Amino acid sequence: MNPGAGMRLSGLLKKEFLQILRDPSSIAIAFLMPLFLQLLFGFGVSLDADHVPIALVAEAPGPDSADFFASLEGTHYFAPQAMANMPEAEQALRRGDVKGILRLRANFAREIRQSEGAPIQLIVDGVDANTARIVIGYVEGAWGNWVTLRATRRGQDAHSPVTLQPRTWFNSELRSRNFLVPGLIAIIMTLIGALLTAMVMAREWERGTMEALMVTPASMTEVLLGKLGAYFLLGTGGLLLTVGLAVGLFEVPLRGSFWVLWGCASLFLLAALGMGLTISTLVRSQFVAGQIAILATFIPAFLLSGFIFDVDSMPPVVQAITHLVVARYFVAIVQTLFLAGNVWSVILPNALALALMATFFLGVTWRNARKRLD
Amino acid sequence: MWSRLLALIHKEFLALLKDPKSRTVLIVPPLIQLLVFGYAATFDLKEVRYAVYNEDRGQAGRDLLARFTGSDSFRQVATLQNEAEIAPRVDSREVLVVLHLGPRFSADLLADRSPALQVIIDGRNSNTALIALNYVRNVVNRFNDDWTAAHGLRGPPARLETRSWFNPNLESRWFFIPGIIGMLTLLATMLVTALSVAREREQGTFDQLLVTPLRPAEILVGKTVPGFVIGLLQATVILLVATQWFHVPFAGNLAAFYCGLVLFLASGIGAGLLISALSATQQQGLLGAFLFMVPAIILSGFATPIANMPRAVQLVTLIDPLRYFLIVLRKSFLEGAGFALLWDQFWPMALIGATTLVLAGWLFRHRMY
Amino acid sequence: MDAEAILRAGGLRKSFVSGGRRVAALDGIDLAVRPGRVTGLIGPDGAGKTTFMRLAAGLLTPDGGRIEALGLDATRQSLAVQAALGYMPQRFGLYEDLSVQENLDLYADLQGVATPLRAERYAELMQMTGLAPFTKRLAGRLSGGMKQKLGLACTLLRRPRLLLLDEPTVGVDPVSRRELWAIVDRLVRDEGMSVLLSTAYLDEAERCAEVILLHEGRVLDVGVPAAMSDRVAGRIWAITQPGRHQRALQADLAGQPGVVDALVQGDHVRVVSATPTLPPAVSALAGVESHPLPPRFEDYFVALLHNDGKSPAALPTAINGITAPSVPDAESEVIRVAGLRRRFGDFWAVDGVEFTIRRGEIFGLLGANGAGKTTTFRMLCGLLPPSAGQIQVAGQDLRHAAATARARLGYMSQKFSLYANLSVAQNLRFFASAYGLTGGQRDERIAWAEAEFELSAFGVQPSGDLPLGFKQRLAMACALMHRPDILFLDEPTSGVDPLARREFWARINSLARQGVTVLVTTHFMEEAEYCDRLAIMAAGRILALDRPAALKAQARRPGLPNPSLEDAFIQLIEGATVAKAA
Repeated sequence: MNPGAGMRLSGLLKKEFLQILRDPSSIAIAFLMPLFLQLLFGFGVSLDADHVPIALVAEAPGPDSADFFASLEGTHYFAPQAMANMPEAEQALRRGDVKGILRLRANFAREIRQSEGAPIQLIVDGVDANTARIVIGYVEGAWGNWVTLRATRRGQDAHSPVTLQPRTWFNSELRSRNFLVPGLIAIIMTLIGALLTAMVMAREWERGTMEALMVTPASMTEVLLGKLGAYFLLGTGGLLLTVGLAVGLFEVPLRGSFWVLWGCASLFLLAALGMGLTISTLVRSQFVAGQIAILATFIPAFLLSGFIFDVDSMPPVVQAITHLVVARYFVAIVQTLFLAGNVWSVILPNALALALMATFFLGVTWRNARKRLD
Repeated sequence: MWSRLLALIHKEFLALLKDPKSRTVLIVPPLIQLLVFGYAATFDLKEVRYAVYNEDRGQAGRDLLARFTGSDSFRQVATLQNEAEIAPRVDSREVLVVLHLGPRFSADLLADRSPALQVIIDGRNSNTALIALNYVRNVVNRFNDDWTAAHGLRGPPARLETRSWFNPNLESRWFFIPGIIGMLTLLATMLVTALSVAREREQGTFDQLLVTPLRPAEILVGKTVPGFVIGLLQATVILLVATQWFHVPFAGNLAAFYCGLVLFLASGIGAGLLISALSATQQQGLLGAFLFMVPAIILSGFATPIANMPRAVQLVTLIDPLRYFLIVLRKSFLEGAGFALLWDQFWPMALIGATTLVLAGWLFRHRMY
Repeated sequence: MDAEAILRAGGLRKSFVSGGRRVAALDGIDLAVRPGRVTGLIGPDGAGKTTFMRLAAGLLTPDGGRIEALGLDATRQSLAVQAALGYMPQRFGLYEDLSVQENLDLYADLQGVATPLRAERYAELMQMTGLAPFTKRLAGRLSGGMKQKLGLACTLLRRPRLLLLDEPTVGVDPVSRRELWAIVDRLVRDEGMSVLLSTAYLDEAERCAEVILLHEGRVLDVGVPAAMSDRVAGRIWAITQPGRHQRALQADLAGQPGVVDALVQGDHVRVVSATPTLPPAVSALAGVESHPLPPRFEDYFVALLHNDGKSPAALPTAINGITAPSVPDAESEVIRVAGLRRRFGDFWAVDGVEFTIRRGEIFGLLGANGAGKTTTFRMLCGLLPPSAGQIQVAGQDLRHAAATARARLGYMSQKFSLYANLSVAQNLRFFASAYGLTGGQRDERIAWAEAEFELSAFGVQPSGDLPLGFKQRLAMACALMHRPDILFLDEPTSGVDPLARREFWARINSLARQGVTVLVTTHFMEEAEYCDRLAIMAAGRILALDRPAALKAQARRPGLPNPSLEDAFIQLIEGATVAKAA
């Protein structure tokens, strides 16, 4: 760096901060948006089905059917609704009022005492396959309890040949919020990184200030560093806010080291800001930069990062594509850091990938930001 | 009047499609996105990676493990020799599930002492964990049934017979692909509308339009038609890809589906134009588009059911047009619903569309800047 | 070439690709700028002035030839050159969301001005530019003239030896222009700075020590401006014909053999003849009176280009197809404004404006930046609701009138607001249809516009890529598509060169003679001369409203026997400022 670079850089940084302060929309993007999104998603997004409405149809009500249905009540899993007959229940299912129907046929009480046992019909609404599967799981659990209970009451031995003894690590109650909230940090910061920077270079071009900057002794590297430095600090502020909310409000345990999280988040921010700067440098028009930012950030980060859909279950081609999504690496890191701890075998390769992406995007920006107008 | 309108519509199309960069942005990504997202968005697990820690040497245990080896849903990646090996494999995400058979597993099983199959599962993604556990449970249940039958044991007094309506194999892709159609359609309308008025304001052409004899209503029509046309074309192409490529069945009434699509486009375009009419600069337009689109997608029930949300958030979803359209899509595709069942979704979208469009048109002349 | 030149170019060439064609912006430039004086780079729009400035500042790479500034190769040693010279681009590069002081601090940091030296330099520059009371104000809230001065101050922080100013006076009112020139003169005199200044305003050329005339990428002439104007001495005349409106007279004279240039100036027509005698076409007119006038630089410039085969002021007269009286029709009021006020926050941008405009009249709205012209204009067009008062345009208030009422007016804004990514033909077609033209009528008007404004060569080119002069033509073509009988023009010639301006006004004249009512805002004094009546605005009020000749007469003072309109304007504005301060 040539002499005077320090002064120029501090001047540029000061300018970026003043512009940020004067323009409430940057502040809104950096602080209000994470707050708003985190609250909305933290409360709004959950895969845990509670109080699933389910129709109970006993075609010949009696003590046996009542005994079985009693096993479904008193849990937070179901909100059972007794219905008189199947047409009524089917109508409710079609309307979406209930997610499933449990039907005990008229001869339930007789068959239950025969050796093959009685069939219990469970019909689920398969449109939302995931919820359907959860409902089936809940019903199976309730049914298993009922079988055991009934056998014990009769002094019989009713255990199945092999019993399943699941032990879930890291998230023993399987709270979906525990994995969604850390992932959200990655999604929100991708959005913010791109929004903050996607338009800043294009704006300097459109307002003609770029030409004035270019004729000063400041090099393009200094101009870029000024922008990166200011938005990096702003982004770090937003990041701290989201992490604070995750731990403080949503009670997600942070089992790994805060400083490791800090380090990885910085790498991630550099990559996300770098992506925004790249878009901004390459197109020079706010309109197109805006369109690309809409397309290239939120939905890919939402669907392809492993935030909600398991990357390993995607076809190989799609898995290859996910490697281009910056958020993917950070989602892996935050989910592990929050729930599992400092697992270096997960953190190191992903952090390396983030560092490479940051280098790539910043390199592209730097190469394209020449001090020439043509 | 018709020629004025036609000219306006023509101009709007040119403004959108003339710039090759802008054209590419509108046409290429939706197709790529449908293909990529269509494959990506599924809760079905493919080849759950598992490790086996088998302390038992008996045949029965091996039989049970063979059920996993033979299943398409599982792929064994490691055989462990001692307990200390479990943690590193799970921590590093190398395996999702570890199956542990204790030393007396086969012996206990033959003695009818109900041995436990210990399953250790990575719970970082609780949903994946639940699904994987379900898969394991299915394998074990089948093994138990066969064992009971083969050894002449008495089964439970009642058994579950599960049937799934509308989606017999519970393929979650059938659930998500219609959702992606809704999401991409919303994205397209946002791209077309959210910056359009703001850009004209910045360039001064909006004033030029306002001093011509064009009425705000005509300008509004001019600005909405490209959104409708692009949205309809894109949704149709996506519909074809969904049914022909992904083989998602379309059971419903096409007329009802398109009616829902038009109403949804009206509400999406209305929201986009309202954002654009409120913004003085393109930057504000972009920010507004994000602030609308992100919650609209998250709260639509696309990935996580609205029923799982707290009451207050559920109320917020009532003003989200995508919420209604997703129901239309899913009911049309999977349940074969017609007008009668969809009416409850139609009128809220019509209401949202009418309100936002009228407001946007009013703002054309009344927004000061 | 000159050994002591501070900036020199040899065989300099540069071309750009536009609309699929390669256009030469500079086509072999050889020139030398001498130190310690103001050199003017003069030329019409698209002559290559900005390209030359950017090459000199090392912002572009030339296709051929070389350019040296301060003894450094501007292309290969661009960083060193940028560290040594000062350059103010056309859009002065201020951060509008930073305050005056913050802009100064930023550029001082960037240019490496040592902290101890700053306080003194700031004070000096603020005093010089008169911005001292405004250091806390955001740059975006300054008027156009103040922005230019701040932009200049920012480039002067480090006392560059060579200062490049690219059209520093575009969009600046006459008062600020005078102040800007005073600063430049002082820099040269007191600090020995060398200045290269580009401009399309030819009256400014006369202030330069030397001018370089640039045209279509080539150097046309170099010399001392006074000597250049002397070459047309004795060929300039003020012509009047009693009983005949000067506009009609101008139309008769323009394009006649032996007449190089004819333009309306107040109540006479200024004619440049090809030879030192009055052309027979002029002397043949009945009762014509002529007085010789001293030459101006502009006369020389027009004559020079005329020899190149360009004759701007001769145009077909049936531009609009309306035949109507050739003088303002005293009977019919077309526009009436009474008690018009408009507030923004707690600031009255327009504070009680009243006037009426008659049919066939050209009415000028003059004022410094921020005087309330544009606000008044926007209210007249119905784009902004007034806070109080009445506006009647053709008997209706445009804000509430039926949409069809707007079909009677044509509108052209200072930004030439066209769809930049649409081609010329597409813009024409769209505006024709937007004004309700259909079928054969539309095709006929589009054909007319393409022929009349010589636009057919640009048919498929995106209008954003057109040279400024053609953008303006296209904007005018679009505004005239539907044969409006009222024209609203907001600084319609901002930044365009004298030839394009003449052409523009020739068209406006011809329209006015056909009975079209024209309302024009401008801060270009020469342009004001074309108007029948002028309203001079300051701080939201009308200071004076009269014919140009009458306004000039009012400004006559003992030391100023023959005041120009600019003198009159400046006197009025300064008088108002003094009155306000008192």
